[in-house]
Amino acid sequence: MRRSMLFLPGNTPNILINGDALGADALIFDLEDAVSPDEKDAARVLVRSAISSLGYRGCEIIVRINGIDTPYWQDDLREMIPLRPSLIMPPKTSCAQDVRTVDEFIGRLEGELGLETGTVRLIPLIETALGVENAYEIASASKRVAAIFLGGEDLTADLRCKRTREGAEIAYARSRMVVAARAAGVDVYDTPFTDVNDDEGLLLDARTAKSFGFTGKAAISPRHVPGINEIFSPSMAEIDYAYEVLEAIRLAKEQGRGAVALRGKMIDAPIVARARQTIEAAEQLGLGGKKHEE
Amino acid sequence: MKGSVFLSSLVRKSSAGTMESSDVFVELEPAGEIEIEIESVVQQQFGQAIEQAVRDVLREQGITGAHIRLTDRGALECVIRARVETAVRRGKESV
Amino acid sequence: MKNDKLVPSIAEAVRQCGLRDGMTVSFHHHLRNGDYVLNMVLDAVAGLGIRDLTVNASSLFDTHMPIIDHIKNGVVTGLEADYISGGVGAHISRGVLKKPVVFRSHGGRPYDIERGASPVDVAFIAAPTSDPMGNCTGKTGPSACGSLGYAFPDALYAKKVVVITDNLVPYPLQDWSIDETHVDCVVKVDQIGDPSGIVSGTTKITRDPVGLVMADMAARIIAASGLLKDGFSFQTGAGGASLAAAKYLKDIMLRERICGSFGLGGITGYMVDMLNEGCFETLLDVQCFDLKAVESIRTNPRHREISAMHYASPGARSAVVDSLDVVILGATEIDLDFNVNVHTDSQGRIMGGSGGHSDTAAGAKLAMIIAPLSRARLPIVVDHVTCVSTPGETIDVLVTQKGVAVNPRQKELAQRLRDAGLPVCGIDELKARAEAMTGVPQPIVRGDHPVAEVLYRDGTHLDTIYNTL
Repeated sequence: MRRSMLFLPGNTPNILINGDALGADALIFDLEDAVSPDEKDAARVLVRSAISSLGYRGCEIIVRINGIDTPYWQDDLREMIPLRPSLIMPPKTSCAQDVRTVDEFIGRLEGELGLETGTVRLIPLIETALGVENAYEIASASKRVAAIFLGGEDLTADLRCKRTREGAEIAYARSRMVVAARAAGVDVYDTPFTDVNDDEGLLLDARTAKSFGFTGKAAISPRHVPGINEIFSPSMAEIDYAYEVLEAIRLAKEQGRGAVALRGKMIDAPIVARARQTIEAAEQLGLGGKKHEE
Repeated sequence: MKGSVFLSSLVRKSSAGTMESSDVFVELEPAGEIEIEIESVVQQQFGQAIEQAVRDVLREQGITGAHIRLTDRGALECVIRARVETAVRRGKESV
Repeated sequence: MKNDKLVPSIAEAVRQCGLRDGMTVSFHHHLRNGDYVLNMVLDAVAGLGIRDLTVNASSLFDTHMPIIDHIKNGVVTGLEADYISGGVGAHISRGVLKKPVVFRSHGGRPYDIERGASPVDVAFIAAPTSDPMGNCTGKTGPSACGSLGYAFPDALYAKKVVVITDNLVPYPLQDWSIDETHVDCVVKVDQIGDPSGIVSGTTKITRDPVGLVMADMAARIIAASGLLKDGFSFQTGAGGASLAAAKYLKDIMLRERICGSFGLGGITGYMVDMLNEGCFETLLDVQCFDLKAVESIRTNPRHREISAMHYASPGARSAVVDSLDVVILGATEIDLDFNVNVHTDSQGRIMGGSGGHSDTAAGAKLAMIIAPLSRARLPIVVDHVTCVSTPGETIDVLVTQKGVAVNPRQKELAQRLRDAGLPVCGIDELKARAEAMTGVPQPIVRGDHPVAEVLYRDGTHLDTIYNTL
């Protein structure tokens, strides 16, 4: 269950060493924007050393490498792939070929290291107009792609518009990303909210993202993690409803009825599927709910 | 790579890390033998452990001669190892 | 008309009070790191050739560094305090003073002054505003500090009392804190302190993510403890994480419309906000930490000044700490028995003191320590603390960013916290988790010269601090 993904600057020890205490479901160790060009080497070694020594129990590990248009990305992967992080995040992904370039290089490294191929998966960061237009081909470019991730800051620069608190300017990109990801059968993550001091803005932004269909949301500040987790967790009402749906289905089967109604609405296959997802998520998060005693 | 020992030597002065809290600043220069100077906020509690970590990294990197100076701001061992390794790698590269 | 209290200089006041070699002088610390008065008095005393004095200060800050020279010159040979900050503390730790410092708590000090265990010959009371007869207050004047709570025992029980002010107003000052019946002399000086060091402009909550995680957890613990209901009472320190906890607590109280009874302690703007937004009926204030608190105590009748005795004295018929529900406290170390050290850093150097730590821990129904699992590679949980400042049996919960340990005495509380989904574990587990990251530290080596004796609030001996090498 990955609701929140927290960026950790790759060359800052005092933040890295507490990464697992910040409540995020996934940690993004950033070798790209958070690291200056003359410290790329140091960040790689530090991140590798921190991950292998501290383990980050309970958090999924993601590494954001440098873009394939830089001289750094292959060294980034050489240092990281032996650690077998769950996901590699290539930035500025604009087309399927970008994904395949990274995919092939990882495959080669896996081969050299004698690792099973394909265990390290990808979460391409889509943050250009071209990338958004190509979201579906990116999401389906490789079996390694587990999710796609929208980067709103760079995107709005590319679109030549201003990033706002309400986010109307990225509404199209959000829709397009969600549709592409769901069509390709992968997860989809929303851009971080960047005003660290605006707690209410964060909640609004996260609710918007959830309403678009995003799986979860990234954060650049640990302050945003609890809010994101809360909004992307199923609510008690949703969990209770999900249990009611499954109970109604069970009863209908017992009684040999085909069509099932609950609260005056027909229950069809997508509703059942969603109920199962909700309960699965609730169980992973240790959330209760009324189950089906009554 | 850990374990495999290959000899290598430093060709220039180098440094890595910062003076921020939980970090360590490492300065390294080529020398005939290994000489380690440590200044740490946790000297009494971890001075020996820090020196051992430095020696381990130098050995793993195949370095037999270096003058190395650490200014430690309470860095964890994994941070110390990373900073020393980075300094060594930088010292091996000719500019 | 008996109008001869105003004397022209501190030296003249010292003479009139009959201060002699071997006596004890006292000071309060409401001007904190902006205080000029302690240094001015010791300079004047030294100028008069008086030696071998004991200084009883409710706290010493680094602005009082000149006291080290007075110690070296034999003017000051004894020191009693509730708190000594790191700069002065480092000298004390190296053994500059032959006689060990006597450390008390903010409640123990007034208790010992009152019952004569620590008699004061002359009290010098820095007063931001006074009239010529010594009716004085901290609420107004260019050096306003708000409450004068810690000065009350000195004013009431010292043999002679000197008020030193930089804002002399006509008789009678209407809104006095300490009244003229206790005061022998009044001295007007140019400045009693540096306003920027007296109170901070604003006290800010931490931006440190680990501090925020701990603060959030602390607020959830309070909510789960069963104590957070109408009538709730609360004290928290001015440290970043403690303030953040107050902010999260405020959010919960407002959301659930809980109206507490009182906020206690050193008061910050955050507590003032809680008062004004309806979280508390009253603030009981022994010391103001920032300008907002000073402004509030001056203008809001529900924000009350209390004396050190009323705050925490174990000799009082009752003190406010006895009615306290929850206190959030810090620690430099805590051991497996929940004993807490706030006197020294992990190198054994003096850099603090009880203040009200052990008083509030003893009084509060829930005494919570909030501290990161490690600082600068040193685990917060140790086998034995370098110095016992607060006995473990008065501490209920330790909050770290990676888990919460509950004192085994508090089985019901532990269950409540577990039921609320909080990450409860053994304190030994927290120690193991910290050491897995930091490694096991070698013990520090200390000398065998005692530099300080720590007394518990009831006057009994708690621990001895030895010199650093």
